[in-house]
Formats: sequence, structure tokens, C-alpha cells
Amino acid sequence: MSTNLTDRGSTRPRGATDDHPLARTILIALGACFIVLFLVLPLVTVFAQALKNGVAAAMDSIVEPDALSAIKLTVIAAGIAVPLNVAFGLSASWAISKFDFRGKSFLITLIDLPFSVSPVVSGLVYVLIFGMQGWFGPYLREHDIKIIFALPGIVLATMFVTFPFVARELIPLMTDQGRDEEEAATSLGASGWKTFRRVTLPNVKWALLYGVLLCNARAMGEFGAVSVVSGHIRGQTNTMPLHIEVLYNDYQFVAAFAVASLLALLALVTLAVKSFLEWHYADEIAAIHKH
Amino acid sequence: MSFAGVLPATRWRARSALPGLGLSLGFTVFYLSAVVLIPLAALVIRPWELGWSGFVAEVTQPRVLAALRLSFGAAAIGAVVNTFFGLIVAWALVRYRFPLKRLVDALVDLPFALPTAVAGIALSALYAPNGWLGAPLMSLGIKAAYTPLGVVIALTFIGLPFVVRTLQPVLTDLSRDHEEAAATLGATRFQAFRRVVFPALLPALVTGAALAFARGVGEYGSVIFIAGNLPMRSEIAPLLIIIKLEEFDYAGAASIGVVMLAASFVMLFALNGLQSFTASRR
Repeated sequence: MSTNLTDRGSTRPRGATDDHPLARTILIALGACFIVLFLVLPLVTVFAQALKNGVAAAMDSIVEPDALSAIKLTVIAAGIAVPLNVAFGLSASWAISKFDFRGKSFLITLIDLPFSVSPVVSGLVYVLIFGMQGWFGPYLREHDIKIIFALPGIVLATMFVTFPFVARELIPLMTDQGRDEEEAATSLGASGWKTFRRVTLPNVKWALLYGVLLCNARAMGEFGAVSVVSGHIRGQTNTMPLHIEVLYNDYQFVAAFAVASLLALLALVTLAVKSFLEWHYADEIAAIHKH
Repeated sequence: MSFAGVLPATRWRARSALPGLGLSLGFTVFYLSAVVLIPLAALVIRPWELGWSGFVAEVTQPRVLAALRLSFGAAAIGAVVNTFFGLIVAWALVRYRFPLKRLVDALVDLPFALPTAVAGIALSALYAPNGWLGAPLMSLGIKAAYTPLGVVIALTFIGLPFVVRTLQPVLTDLSRDHEEAAATLGATRFQAFRRVVFPALLPALVTGAALAFARGVGEYGSVIFIAGNLPMRSEIAPLLIIIKLEEFDYAGAASIGVVMLAASFVMLFALNGLQSFTASRR
């Protein structure tokens, strides 16, 4: 993109593929209106409502015990679900990108499946298995094991919803990178594990970070699936999004938006790091331009 | 491994110099089955305890039909709105230079990153009768929050990135040569867009709209706060699943779930078909 002075303004005649300035202005204005109405205003609303009664009031609703327990539960659930999905993503992308076997494209389709399932259905499937009238319901009740309306159910639902994130960032990139470097390493005597750690992992680190980031954002913010399996027990099985729902339905708007602003901040940090990674390591995050 | 190396390639996989296929593929298939496939199988099996007629009776109840109609209808309208504005936003981001362009580009992903419950209460506060946008709309006689219009607004918010992010790479790769040729041959700018650019963008537009639609059909968190949730009027299908579960009507909940799952599978296969169709035409 040349940046000499004649490039902009009306001094240069309009090129054959440039739009009429009026059309350009109208389109930018329309797009800007849409972005402001649908993206900027909702975001501003969250912080404006949270700070309506001042910073102190907002802080009070965040350090209150039920809110703190919701924050803790959210961090624990994401802390279990995200590493498991990272392990799965690495393992799946190793198998898919470094080997040829039958049914590979079918496997990739199956991995993407959770993206096309409604969050509520994602929670529902675990209730059908572990719920009171589910497959294992009677057995679990007999042995006093709680999965639904407890932490394990929340973790399972979170895992389902965030299942493809890491894998789908890594698979296209590792497929593009091929297997030459790994084959060279093993032929020089490196073990498989060492090859993976010293050759493969450094090659995909930014894409991995990218996937973990998106996976974590979704894990901490998931609402529909967790809502089905949690039982909404205040101070016990409420994650942050569920706590927000309870507060909002209790007409405690300031408190609801105060907790919501924490999640909004997490979303903004995620977007900032994500954009940074995209600008600086675009070549190393192959998946972006492919979906 | 060295022994296997001398044998001809086994039937289902080609030989590889790298180790670890058994372990990595084994873990992948195990984890996939445990977390996704077996639970989904439980969903598909459950409604049949009612029998086929029971399943049909369950999903043709007026309240269920109304909820399905709202979820699919509002998602379709949201997808159409997003196709129009998404094209404009993607076009501006790729073709024009304007202030804060990078910020806008990053912001497009907000609906992906912002938890749905947060989006839900924000949209609800914004479009409530006393909200920043709800109040002016009320004075125009339009009630947005707690009506089906509110559902459309939430699904428009949720669907925007799908259209923009599907269009952007296609627009970037689109060579300007054809447009230039069209202009040289006397086409107006609008003709060049309609006859040259638009056909090239059409597959991506359809894909983006379909992704937005599929997401909208199943969306829950951003909708329930703004919808008002009146049975038969502004109650979405995912909410009805939760209501059935709370009544311990597992088979009823699973029946609605199966209908939604079937719909998303049809969409998935249609999209795959579209992609291989456009790939074969290149």
C-alpha cells in the first residue's frame, strides 16, 4: 500500500475500481451506525450500568460472598476443562496432521460437531445420562455421587461446548507444516516425545496460545449449557454468568452489571490479545483465514 | 515398530516414520466418544421411549411449534439483516481506509468473545422501554424488548461476526482485474459490483448467513433476557427444553433437542455440499 501524498484526497483521479466518494461515505456511515448500535452501545451499557451508583457500589457487589464463590467456581471449571481440551487438541492434531488413515475427514467433521449444537442441548445430553431419571441416575443416587447440579456436570458441559477450539486452530496449521521436520528429528535419533516437545510445539506455539485464549473465554462465559446442569444453587453451583442471571432476575441491576463488567473486561482482554496475535503472527496462525 | 516397518502398509493407514499414532489417535477417539458422541447418542435414543407417534405428538404441540417457529424465524431474519450489514462492514474493512479501522476490525469479534449472558442483560437494558434505545423506539410506537423483535435484535448481535469473518478473506483475495475489465468495457461501478463482484461473493455470503442462522437457532443466553419469554409468543425453543427439564419431562426435552440437532446437521451437510460445489467450480 503506497502512502505518498497524492494517493489520498481528490488530487488523484478516481481509479476504475474505486467507489464513488459519495458511495464510500454512505457505506462507511451505514456500517458505522450498525457497529455502534449493535456492538458499541451494548458494551458501553455494561460498564455504564455497573458504575451507575459509583465505583464503590460496583466493588461491593463483586466482593460479596456469593459473587466470590461464583468467580471461584468459574475459574475452577475453566481450569479443569481448558487443559483437558488442550491435551485433546494436541493429540488430535498430531494424529490427523502427521499420519494418513481412513476416515480422517469424518473425524475432523466430528470434532467440529459441538459448534453446531445448541448450548442448551449440550447441557441436556448430560442430564439425560447422569440426571435423576437419566441412564445412570439411580446408580449415582444410590452411591451418593453428584454429577448434575454439582461441579462435575458443570465441567462436563463446559468441556463439550469448548471442545473444538484448540483442535481446530492446530489441525490446519500442523497439516500445512507437514511432517518433514519431525521425520528429520526422529531419523536423527530423537524420541517421539522429544520430537513433539522440541520440534512440533515451538512451531505451533502462537496458534496454541490463540486456541487456548478463545477456549478459555468461552469456558468462563458459557451460560446455556452450564445453566442446564448447574441447578442454580446460590453460593454453590452458580458460575459467574449464572450469578449474573440470578441477580438480574432479582432486579439487582447494578450488582448484575458489576459482575458482568468483569466478564466484559475478560472479553476485551481476549479480543486485544487475539488481535495482537493476528497482527504479529498471522503466518503462524493458519486457521484464521480459512474459516 | 521396526518389525512393522518391513511389512507392506496396513489396510487402513499408510506407513509413517513418526511414532505415536496409536496413542494420539486412541486418546482422540476415546475423548471424542466420552465427551461428545456417547452423550449425543443418549439424546437421540431418549425420545423413542415415547414411540414415533409419541415423538410426533410431543413436537407438534402448539407451544412447541410456536417456539420452534420463533427460533427458526427470528434466526432467519437476523441472518438476512446480518448478510446486508455484514457485507457493508466487510466491504468497508477491506476496501476503504478510515479512522479507527483496526479497532472496528477487532470489535467485530465482540459477539464471539462477550459471554452471552452479559450480551443478554446489556441488550435488554438497552432496548427496555426506559433504555437508551428502547425509549426513542417507544416514542415511535415500537416495542422492542420483551417481544419477538427483541429476539431478532439479540440474534442479529450474535450472528454479525459469522458473515463478516466469512466474507473478509474472500474479499481480500478477490482480484480487482475483473472489475477493471468491466469498467473498461463501459460498466458503471454499480454494474461492475452487481455483475462481477457479487457473484464471486455469493458462496461466502450464503455460507456466512447459514452459519449465523445455525448459531441463532440454538442461541439461548443473549435471547432470554430481552425476549420476555411469553409462551406462544416470545418463547424460544432452547428455553422450552429447559422448562421441560424442570418439569422432569426428559423425553419431551429430548424430543425438542433432537429436532434442533437434526436441523443443525442438515445445515452442516448443506454447507459442506455448498463448499465442495464452489470448490469444484474453481
